[in-house]
Amino acid sequence: MNIVVCVKQTPDTAATISIEEGKATWGDAPLVLNPWDEYAVEQAILTREELGGKVTALSLGPEEAREALKLALAMGCDEAILINDPLFESADTLIVSRALAAGIMKLGEVELVFFGRASVDSDSGVLGSQTARRLGWPSISWAAAISHHEGAIEVERMIDEGRQVVRSSLPAVISVVKEINEPRYPSFMGIRKASKAEIPTWSAESIGIDGSLSPAVTWPEMFAPQVKSAECEFIAGQSAQEIAEGLADRLIAEKVI
Amino acid sequence: MDFRISAEQELVQKMVKDFAQREVAPTIKEWDRKQEMKPEILPRMAELGILGVCIPVRYGGQGMDYLTLGLVCEELEAVDTTLRVIMSVHTGLCSLGIFQWGSEDQKQNFLTPLASGAKYGAFGLTEPGVGSDVANLTASAKLDGDEYILNGEKTWISLATKAHTVLWFARTSESAKHPHAGICAFILDIDRDGVTTGDLHGKLGVRAGSTGWINCQDVRIPVGNRLGEEGEGFKIAMSCLDNGRYTVASGATGLIRACLDASVAYAKERQAFGKAIASFQLVQQKIARMAKDYEASRLLYMQSGWLKNQGIRNTRETSIAKWFATDASFEHASEAIQVHGAYGFSDEYDVERYMRNARGAMIYEGSSEIQTLIQAGYALGLREDASLRRELPAYDAEYWLAEK
Repeated sequence: MNIVVCVKQTPDTAATISIEEGKATWGDAPLVLNPWDEYAVEQAILTREELGGKVTALSLGPEEAREALKLALAMGCDEAILINDPLFESADTLIVSRALAAGIMKLGEVELVFFGRASVDSDSGVLGSQTARRLGWPSISWAAAISHHEGAIEVERMIDEGRQVVRSSLPAVISVVKEINEPRYPSFMGIRKASKAEIPTWSAESIGIDGSLSPAVTWPEMFAPQVKSAECEFIAGQSAQEIAEGLADRLIAEKVI
Repeated sequence: MDFRISAEQELVQKMVKDFAQREVAPTIKEWDRKQEMKPEILPRMAELGILGVCIPVRYGGQGMDYLTLGLVCEELEAVDTTLRVIMSVHTGLCSLGIFQWGSEDQKQNFLTPLASGAKYGAFGLTEPGVGSDVANLTASAKLDGDEYILNGEKTWISLATKAHTVLWFARTSESAKHPHAGICAFILDIDRDGVTTGDLHGKLGVRAGSTGWINCQDVRIPVGNRLGEEGEGFKIAMSCLDNGRYTVASGATGLIRACLDASVAYAKERQAFGKAIASFQLVQQKIARMAKDYEASRLLYMQSGWLKNQGIRNTRETSIAKWFATDASFEHASEAIQVHGAYGFSDEYDVERYMRNARGAMIYEGSSEIQTLIQAGYALGLREDASLRRELPAYDAEYWLAEK
């Protein structure tokens, strides 16, 4: 089975994000493989281990995004491809999904595409569905468990209302949540392979995208949300009973309970 | 001069950091209080390949260089010293000792299971009455036909009750001209008749680690288990310490980093006199000194790692790296407690454990006083390195990575 896992390089979740001249910046904080994507990479590798085939990690991003792809290779992906072109510099998710779908078509004979549920930087969480739409394939989001049946998959989705089981034909695009697996660490063998791997760069032209691209979504203004100040109140009392009663009275007065 | 680490080394660092933070950090306080090693740790480090990081692939290792061993130790001790201690005894002292001095047969039989993590290694040098004065150790080895008979006790041995293979140092000759010339090294399988082991408790630090004693009572081992020649044991022990001290130095560097990170985070968060304590110069001074010594320690161990990679003797440089980083790690762990105030004095925060853990490294693998004497010896021209019959081989990526 040919499997693609789409990944993004993002700032480390420990980074402090600030706004400078209308743009979000994380200073010199390290860039990492989007933590949600680690679950997608793991699921892609698990699927290959179960059904055989090949896993290709695909990323649209700057040159530095190679580092995220190297981690995907070190975890066990077979190949990695970077889509990089000045045309994509101010891309929104509609443009990224178009490029990823074009990349997947160029790879050919892909049966499953995995995404993490969102990226920790922009957190839109729509790229999987948009890419599926571009490909004309079923989109299954919030996957928490997957089982494979002849030419089809059964997916348990984790949604607000509970768990939902859906069946889909292949090919399909799946975005996964962190409950689906525990991502493995890169192995030494994987690390050695990743450090030697040639990661090809595909330009916009090479995947059939040319001309100017104008994003449908722009970011006219960006600002840091105001920090909410919280006040701490200690409820005192002579006994646990008295403190608990005091707490209950306060919660009722605040209409919390 | 290139100070960058490779993409490969960065990935190893990340893997080890993720392992330590995900699988060890969340429960370390609990195990530290229990004074026990979490049982999953050794098999997990073995499974991940960490235990054989710098041993050639042909001997069951991962084929990385000596600098990577240092980077791994830094990441491990940034979470807990007990993890780095495993690397010091299993990899630095035991495995690299067999790699440097062992015959091809010994490497196949003893190094390969250690490097692959199928077996664990320890280092039996210190005795109840002999620490710094290694040359006067009292454990004995008597040749009897094609076997040696071992007697004696070793103590303060990390992994004493976990290890399968111990580098054991014993006296074969009472009549040697100098006491150190009568010492011999052996590869001792711990399951031989007459070997008993036990754990030591009540230590100030490294409480989540395994430290114990090993006793040999008329233990018979074949001549083939002797490492090096008769009388070469002292040189072997000292050369093993060049590698062990390197892991201690790089680990202590990680401990300084942990003190720095904890102090920075707390100083930014804790308010006093209406502002974050990070804005006070006396707190800033402590943090600045941690940053300075972290950089210095890192450069010192990286220098040792580079020398090892080149196959250049590094006893002097490794001793400085160990001395500097361990003294500094204790000082900064103590200062990190000061930054944290009363909270630092309780185990609610990690810094008190850092201080307890840091203290031991000023004693083991050559106390700070021994390192002082070594450095004085070099500076005054009283000491110089005699060449060894077998030096630690220079790193050669092609050889290290080849299957056979």
